[in-house]
Amino acid sequence: MSYILQQLINAFQLGSIYALIALGYTMVYGILTMINFAHGDLFMVGAFLCFVAAVFLKLSFVPVMLISMFGVALLGVLIERLAYKPLRQAPRVSAIITALGVGLFLENFTLALNPYPKQIPQLMSNTTWTILGLSISSLQVFIIVLSLLLMLILDLIVRKTMVGIAMRAISWDKATVPLMGVPMNLIISATFAIGASLGGAAGVMYGLAYPVIDPYMGIMIGWKAFISAVVGGIGNIRGAMIGGYILGMVEILVVAFFPSTYRDFVAFALLLVLLIFRPYGILGKPHPQKV
Amino acid sequence: MENREGIAQTIKQLRGRLMRARWLLPALLAFFFLAALAIHRFDLLDLYVQLILMYVGINIILTLSLNLINGYMGEFSVGHAGFMAVGAYIASWLTVRVFPIHLAAWLFPLAVFAGGLGAAMVGLIVAFPSFKTRGDYLAIVTLAFGMIVKSAIENIEALGGPRGFLGMEKLSTLPWVFFWVAMSVWAIRNLVYSNFGRGVLSIREDEIASDLMSVNTKEVKIIAFVVSSFFAGVAGALFAHVLQFINPRAFDIIKSTDILIMVYLGGIGSIAGSILGATIYTVLLEVLRPMGIWRMVFMPLMLVMLMLFRPKGIMGLKEFRWFIPVRDVFASMRWREKNGDSQ
Repeated sequence: MSYILQQLINAFQLGSIYALIALGYTMVYGILTMINFAHGDLFMVGAFLCFVAAVFLKLSFVPVMLISMFGVALLGVLIERLAYKPLRQAPRVSAIITALGVGLFLENFTLALNPYPKQIPQLMSNTTWTILGLSISSLQVFIIVLSLLLMLILDLIVRKTMVGIAMRAISWDKATVPLMGVPMNLIISATFAIGASLGGAAGVMYGLAYPVIDPYMGIMIGWKAFISAVVGGIGNIRGAMIGGYILGMVEILVVAFFPSTYRDFVAFALLLVLLIFRPYGILGKPHPQKV
Repeated sequence: MENREGIAQTIKQLRGRLMRARWLLPALLAFFFLAALAIHRFDLLDLYVQLILMYVGINIILTLSLNLINGYMGEFSVGHAGFMAVGAYIASWLTVRVFPIHLAAWLFPLAVFAGGLGAAMVGLIVAFPSFKTRGDYLAIVTLAFGMIVKSAIENIEALGGPRGFLGMEKLSTLPWVFFWVAMSVWAIRNLVYSNFGRGVLSIREDEIASDLMSVNTKEVKIIAFVVSSFFAGVAGALFAHVLQFINPRAFDIIKSTDILIMVYLGGIGSIAGSILGATIYTVLLEVLRPMGIWRMVFMPLMLVMLMLFRPKGIMGLKEFRWFIPVRDVFASMRWREKNGDSQ
């Protein structure tokens, strides 16, 4: 029993990271109906910014987090302006291929700058508490709480602020909303900035929880976060959170009860089964097709 | 009126010229095949150049086969390396474990064909989700499929697991690769320009409308997936016997991404585009090798630039007249004539 509970805590930790990245995918998809395949690599850049800030600038945790989030947000906006904006009227696949290209560029650029996997130093004192036979580290609690907090803030932004209302309006109808005087480009940039900064935060957390980072780590984790966004119903923010936690849970529980090499196999098979029953994800709605 | 007669005249002339030049294509094919044979037999080219030529050929097969689904049918499939892996493992297992050693070279075509068939069977399974979902969701399904194949192979001890599988002889030769490239171009060109191919194109333009126009969309999708995965499996089999070593990591998402890039670089829905895209990408990667790691930085940048300034890729739905059947050329000319557009 305590073994399962222990695994559940690990699952929450991993799921939080997936959920944060999945939010970036789902926000961009909601507003532009475009899959930003470079998002996983923004997460990787976040981890590397954390490394640079912690090792070379010798900063403590809070400034490291802020630098990573802000830097990645800036990068996200820059990529949107330079690579995606000119393609808004082009066929959708061109934008997707551009995103793949940007992702490859980020990976290989980071690899060219520093070719070896890096280790992130411990930024905070990590004590382990034992409660009822469960061992919980303060880092785990911190990651789970901070990511839940970030998600709460995002939910508030999307539901209560002007920017959030404009975002939802644009995802509802791209043609009419700009006519109402909503600065569409600004809102899209804001979406990219928020989504990317969440990815950056996830990068820092990942770097703290699993200390070795390398330039290609964004690929696998990015795709998995994307899958969690789909499981939750892509375009739906709460769905992305649920999807992230589900995927984290499935992965950890598979590792807990099967040989760990079956992790991807079972996780993706489950995903396919789920898509058979709910083809548009848990909270997703089918897109009506005009005839 | 005068214009119309002029065009009719040109059509007549062109038809005459093409009829007389019928021997040209078989002659060219035979010439290239003999050239490939000679190069292989007498080592006319540097071994390194031969290797790159083989890679170009394999990539052309892969790009063409993915183009059938992504370009001609308009679905978005991203797990193509999975089919490749199935073909590669089946063929290697046959040549190393099943066939007697001294006959392996003779039975190699059979192994390649079997690899293709195995991949085609798997393609049949993947075709079913495409009835229900399209676009982004099909991307997920195919992506997950690619990952499942990879992690399934990693868990099969008989195939070497994550360590990989080796012991193949260097059975893929330039003539074989050329033969399969010609086969895939021939098959896909004939498929796309057949009545059935019109169904494939109509699904790209509007699936519901084509269903209403009595296109059997399910059947079309199944056949397109099966053909596409067959050739991907063939390419995988050839690839395994060039490299003489395969492991599951050779067929991961990065490989699928590579194929996608070649398809969209060359342009969707174009055989000539696929050939150009695969050739340019493969050769450029080799030419830029002195740049070291920076070539991997430079290549994606080039891809992004290309997409920004020419979002359709190099050819993008256009085709060299060479690859279009004669009657289609005439049909389109007549259509233009009827619509008063004489360009």
